[in-house]
Amino acid sequence: MSTTLERIPWWRDRRVVPWIVQAVVGLALLLVITLLVGNLVRNLTAAGLLLSWRWLGQPASFDVAESLIPFDASMPYWRALLVGLVNSLRVILVGLVGATLLGTAMGMASFSGNGLLRRLARVYVEVIRNIPLLLQLLFWYFVVFLALPNGTAAFQLPGIVLSKSGLYLAWFAQGLSWLGPELVNGVWQAPLRLSVEFTALLTGLITYTGAFVAEVVRGGIASVPKGQWEAATSLGLHWSASMRSVVLPQALRVIVPGLNSQYISLAKNSSLAVAVGYVDLYSVSETTLNQTGRALEVFLLLLGSYLIIDLLISAVMNGANQLVQIRER
Amino acid sequence: MTPIQTGPESGTTPPLRPARPAPESVQPNWAGALRQELFASRTDGLVSVLLIMVILAAALGLLRWALAQAQWAVIQANTSLFAIGRYPVQQQWRLWLLVVLVAALSGVSWGLLRAFPRADRSGEIWPFNDRLVVALLGFLAAWLPAALALGLPLQLRWWVITALLVTMRWLAGHWGRSLPSRLVKLVPLSWPLLYLFGMVLIAGGLGLPRVPPSEWGGLLLTLLMASFAILLSFPIGVVVALGRRSSLPLLRWSSVLYIEFIRGAPLITLLFLGQNILGYMLPGGWAPDRVWRAAWVLTFFCGAYLAEAVRAGLSAVPPGQLEAARSLGLSMPLALQRVVLPQALRIALPAAVGQFISLLQDTTLLSLIGLLDLLGTARTVMANPEFLGKNAEVYLTLAVLFWCCCAALGLGSRALERRLDPTHSPV
Repeated sequence: MSTTLERIPWWRDRRVVPWIVQAVVGLALLLVITLLVGNLVRNLTAAGLLLSWRWLGQPASFDVAESLIPFDASMPYWRALLVGLVNSLRVILVGLVGATLLGTAMGMASFSGNGLLRRLARVYVEVIRNIPLLLQLLFWYFVVFLALPNGTAAFQLPGIVLSKSGLYLAWFAQGLSWLGPELVNGVWQAPLRLSVEFTALLTGLITYTGAFVAEVVRGGIASVPKGQWEAATSLGLHWSASMRSVVLPQALRVIVPGLNSQYISLAKNSSLAVAVGYVDLYSVSETTLNQTGRALEVFLLLLGSYLIIDLLISAVMNGANQLVQIRER
Repeated sequence: MTPIQTGPESGTTPPLRPARPAPESVQPNWAGALRQELFASRTDGLVSVLLIMVILAAALGLLRWALAQAQWAVIQANTSLFAIGRYPVQQQWRLWLLVVLVAALSGVSWGLLRAFPRADRSGEIWPFNDRLVVALLGFLAAWLPAALALGLPLQLRWWVITALLVTMRWLAGHWGRSLPSRLVKLVPLSWPLLYLFGMVLIAGGLGLPRVPPSEWGGLLLTLLMASFAILLSFPIGVVVALGRRSSLPLLRWSSVLYIEFIRGAPLITLLFLGQNILGYMLPGGWAPDRVWRAAWVLTFFCGAYLAEAVRAGLSAVPPGQLEAARSLGLSMPLALQRVVLPQALRIALPAAVGQFISLLQDTTLLSLIGLLDLLGTARTVMANPEFLGKNAEVYLTLAVLFWCCCAALGLGSRALERRLDPTHSPV
């Protein structure tokens, strides 16, 4: 009787196969990366464009339409890019707040007792989600905002004026005096003026992201057991009170993680500002590339900036997530 | 001794607020249903009246604008530009041939789907939905070419193509069962073949004169880019998703790096990479045309997002499935292919189609890097002094077009989901 152990062939040996697979994949990746980076270095050296950051200090010699920090054409490129970054952050921050408000309202409306409101919320989501954002932005800018009347014909509400030249808001001016928009020689003046590009971009981003946020909110509310609604109603709470103090706090546990990816996509979508002429980070980068030809550096800066913005949003949302989750002792 | 009060009148506490009248369980009359839906309370009624007024005003305004003020000549004069861009006129018969083939094959596939119903279906050859679709197609064929003010020969072509589609549908629906089964099995295979043949028809080759990608445009370019990226991103997504869930660290980390790199950057910066840097990264002469560079960027972009959808599907499959398959003696690739992936992909389907819909929308970004996709063509048309300021008409038309395409994709995905649902399929 021979009891020789049958030897496992090496190609079926669990200790060997993973290493072979990894070695093959690793070699292939290494080969591709070496090829790409090698070519990149060779071609960029030949063109005299190899990685260098000295050009950032040269004067930008282009002007930026709107800026929160002082800027003129004699200032260096890094300053121009910073202006773009600040403009991007501005639209992202306001957009996040607006999209959250609109989306929450629409998500809640899809549970309203009013049939018309409920259907309207569905129609809003279905219409917005199936039309490209870029098309919507162009529509808001060229069709809606650039067709607005100017001067005395502009839309006026107390403290708010919307005209072709921008959105004028009342704000504190010189101390604590409340100052509204006023017409001076046919031109509106106000302490707070938002350019029409900014307003169009913001409107587009908010309505677009609002639809996705509404879906997240709807999913969150739908995840709350029906018994919670019934219990709240049988306690005598109105629809709004049961939504506010019973259902929504529980729904938030599902909503907040879902909002994270919508917020990040809003931040990334803000780069479409270039289509409506708002000077954001991408728009400044494009101009910089056209003037300096520094494609790689500009790309790395863009990539890094958006990565940091994404990480910041994720960090804030993770913190918010910990706040709304059930605390177990 | 205080009497313990019992009885219905003393034991119940008075309601905190007047109870609502019990909802009538059945509302046969529409007036009652309307009242409950719209005018259940005073605030509800107020909101409803306000909403109805706003909707009516908006609808009337839009209608008045569309019928009286809008000048649709900008669309009518540029239909061919919107459809195919600057595709050379002498070669346009190739596109017509492609449309005819697609219509015929769609008709055959549609008919066969009805001729060989799944167990969940009634087995009717002409269900209500299909009759509705045929009526819609008939209406579109009659109205759309006329509304676009196409010449009579062109209108005639569209009628013939629609008639072909419906006829093939009818023939396949009625005679599909009597066809030899080997022939029927060829039909799903003929779609990829038609795609490759369509590529040859569009781009040239095999004896046909070449039409460079720079001459493709409009809807043709948009659909081509989207379909190319969708088809090729699928294998990328599956492989990367498997890599991300692999126990081998090298595979896992390279997949994570790829996914996070793509998902961290806005699409436009990746297109920027493709247009401005990719040329430096490839050996001289290897760099593809601008259109193809954008197509590859879209593909890799979609692949990363698809990988996340597939990964969610994979993690929804219980680990016992893989273990069971392995313990039956299936090798790892075979177990994945036969047991895990079919289940995971079915779960990932809705998310994947959502990704495809957003990819179709993302093709509009090609206009920002100077390609003449549907939106890019529209912007060149509007830059033409003859059609200056016709923004509203053009953008609205594009919006309707995109909406219909995306909504149709969504509907198709839901139908496919139902067809693949294991609880409905034959045992």
